[in-house]
Amino acid sequence: MEDKINQTQKDHGSLLQAIGTQKLVAIIALVVLFLFFWFFGENFAKYSTIISILDSSYYIGFMAIGVTFVIITGGIDLSIGTSCICCSLITGTLFTKAGLPMPVCVVLAVLLGGLFGLANGIMVSVMKLPAFIATLGTMMITRGLGSIVTNTATVTFPQATASGGAFRSLFKLKAPGLPQAGIPTGFILLIILAVAMAVLLNKTRPGRYILSLGSNKEATRLSGVDVMKYETLAFVISGLFAGLAGVSYAAVYSTLMPGTGNGFELDAIAGVVIGGTSLAGGVGSIAGTLIGVFIMAVLKTGLPFIGVQPHYQLLITGFVLVIAVFVDVLNRRKQGKA
Amino acid sequence: MGEVILTMKDIDKSFAGVYALKKAGLELKRGEVHALMGENGAGKSTLMKILTGIYSRDEGIIVFEGQKVQFKNPKEAQDAGIVIVHQELNMMNHLTVAQNIFIGRERMNGRLVDDKKMAEDAAELFRKLNIKIDPKENMGRLTVGRQQMCEIAKAISTEAKVIVFDEPTAALTESEINELFKIIRDLRDKGIGIIYISHRMDEINQITDRVTVMRDGEYVGTLITEECTKDDIIRMMVGRTVYEAPKIISSVPEDAPVVLKVENLNVGRAVKDLSFELHKGEILGFSGLMGAGRTESARAIFGADKKDSGEIFVYGKKVDIRSPKDAVKAGIGYLSEDRKRYGVIVEKSVVVNTTMSSVPQFTRGLFLDNKAEVRTAEKYVKALKTKTPSVHQQVRNLSGGNQQKVVIAKWLTRDCEILIFDEPTRGIDVGAKSEIYTLMNELVKQGKSIIMISSELTEVLRMSDRILVMCEGRKTGEINIDEATQEKIMHAATIRN
Ligand SMILES: Nc1ncnc2c1ncn2[C@@H]1O[C@H](COP(=O)(O)OP(=O)(O)OP(=O)(O)O)[C@@H](O)[C@H]1O
Ligand SMILES: [Mg+2]
Repeated sequence: MEDKINQTQKDHGSLLQAIGTQKLVAIIALVVLFLFFWFFGENFAKYSTIISILDSSYYIGFMAIGVTFVIITGGIDLSIGTSCICCSLITGTLFTKAGLPMPVCVVLAVLLGGLFGLANGIMVSVMKLPAFIATLGTMMITRGLGSIVTNTATVTFPQATASGGAFRSLFKLKAPGLPQAGIPTGFILLIILAVAMAVLLNKTRPGRYILSLGSNKEATRLSGVDVMKYETLAFVISGLFAGLAGVSYAAVYSTLMPGTGNGFELDAIAGVVIGGTSLAGGVGSIAGTLIGVFIMAVLKTGLPFIGVQPHYQLLITGFVLVIAVFVDVLNRRKQGKA
Repeated sequence: MGEVILTMKDIDKSFAGVYALKKAGLELKRGEVHALMGENGAGKSTLMKILTGIYSRDEGIIVFEGQKVQFKNPKEAQDAGIVIVHQELNMMNHLTVAQNIFIGRERMNGRLVDDKKMAEDAAELFRKLNIKIDPKENMGRLTVGRQQMCEIAKAISTEAKVIVFDEPTAALTESEINELFKIIRDLRDKGIGIIYISHRMDEINQITDRVTVMRDGEYVGTLITEECTKDDIIRMMVGRTVYEAPKIISSVPEDAPVVLKVENLNVGRAVKDLSFELHKGEILGFSGLMGAGRTESARAIFGADKKDSGEIFVYGKKVDIRSPKDAVKAGIGYLSEDRKRYGVIVEKSVVVNTTMSSVPQFTRGLFLDNKAEVRTAEKYVKALKTKTPSVHQQVRNLSGGNQQKVVIAKWLTRDCEILIFDEPTRGIDVGAKSEIYTLMNELVKQGKSIIMISSELTEVLRMSDRILVMCEGRKTGEINIDEATQEKIMHAATIRN
């Protein structure tokens, strides 16, 4: 008995245990992929490529960070993709039609996302709807809402230099004297928020309760924790980040079309899962999510550089997803044995 | 014993129109260990859940420290100083032991949770309680017994004034029970009121000061433990006496064929070189302390876990068991000790659980014969006296002991030649216990063979024809029933090398 305790203490100490095997595999995969494209991709090895990888990953990254919380509770949020676009469509319309100042619009977009998240949270935790169905409903509602508010017209956000375009420098700073492709401020924002959310998840009470209720909701309730509140909170966080994702999408792509956004959520969820968060709930990490998102972004940006057609890209990404989860399953099986 | 700290009076509660409690009640004093007894489904757990704010009551009053109270949720009860160790384990498997213990009352460092401090405090708590568990270990990796000890530690750490133990010893071994009793006596001496639910008569004598008996949701009476006998209590519980005599001589003929032979079974660190034979019509008792490797052996034989080496012969023929499916095909059934994890699907009905592992029996052409399923389920509900309003009830809503009966029904339906019962009467009341004993005796009379893993020595001595004792994964004794005594078994169970 004595030596068994010592044994497990040793296990905790090891670096592998601290990072988690799957996360380690994911980090290595990310680096290998990147180096592969760097050396074999034609014209890949440039500063501007890195910028375009980053540009294409912000909105997925924000959504993925948010939805990680929901997935840890054992739930799912399918509405983030369309709600990301919807938030920006609505605030973009307020800017162009009603002349609301842009900073207000940006804050409003994030809050609007939070509101959709709150609705999801209440439906799931209080009204006890299955998360899949509740958020599927919100997905359709937000998609429809975007079209109604814009009257199905596209919304174009102002250029960086135009009035109201300054919000773009939240994600990319362009100025004379700086590199032509700009400084990726969005990446800094992403990392800051990721660290903040990692602290929230692992070091604060709300985070602890979200992990706990994902592991065993009934036991958490019996321990005197208000599980409804914290389950709702997970959805609110997911919604807020979907709103922010919408802002970053507008900053990078300028023009938003009503009716789009479907499928973004699946990219985000795929990133979360590649990063080692279990769909069964109870385990997950923000760092893993970011790595997962960047694996997908590098693949998406890099594959064309080695001459792979778009439909093959999807195929390859699909395989990566399945393999990543399989590695995780294998791992857990081994751990269960030990 | 001090003054009265808690009074529950005339408590009524019904679920969907069916009474679970009718005028139930209890009076608890400071510094008292008060037993709450009654048959499976008598309403003990329900009464305690009402006390701790998990269920709301329909009628009745609760007075705690001179104040009328009505807790709306477990947190309110906990804040007032009433905590419960539940009958069913309530663990967050993905969190560490320390995180589990302090859930809902984390140690904080400013706005951040202080995991280091919690691990230290948990270690300190374990040291005081003399429990050897690593607070940083993931809860899911502990054995059921250790998880139970964590739950107990969690309750104690709240500095409560009233602690309810709902069958705390069901998953513990004799030595762990002794530890627990030491802890409980300590708490009692500190003036804490303790409500203790158990079906084990000898524990009631050992640890409790008074006994309150319930029957069918009603208060029957309260006795002072010292002034009453076991039979008095049982009579109040079931309205008759139940006689339990140990087996004196094996009922298996000398020349009974060997139905199961296991040779040099090895499973990781848990089981080392285990070999034994099981004869037709025999009940082979597996005795030993917790962690002796009995459950691990059973699971490996049943194919639920991978074995490292070892051969298994059924009726002299070597069988290759790699999964439970292979085992069932070879005629081996296994009733798990941990019914919640492996035994029943709580969201499903009694019928579904009963027929779960014998679906082909109930298939006519492409379709399931639901009527036959219901007939079978009803047959076993009657045979085992399972207390349920109907066979369509979700197993979740049955009392703990009645859930266990559903597991037994499942394997009886499957009709296996060799049955491994892992702690078959855990959490089962005296009346039902003797029914299960009768049933096991009937099964061996029909020519079936049984391996019975049990941590209760009286049970092993009462039922077995032969007793195999394990310690630290090895077989340390094989004793025929005519020579077996508690001392001999305990001696063999502690031979370490
Ligand atoms: N949530 C529920 N819904 C419906 N019926 C319930 C529910 N909880 C308990 N019951 C019923 O109430 C009765 C009392 O159950 P309870 O769990 O209190 O019994 P118990 O005395 O603790 O038995 P055991 O010794 O088997 O644990 C049982 O008949 C049970 O089926
Ligand atoms: Mg009970």
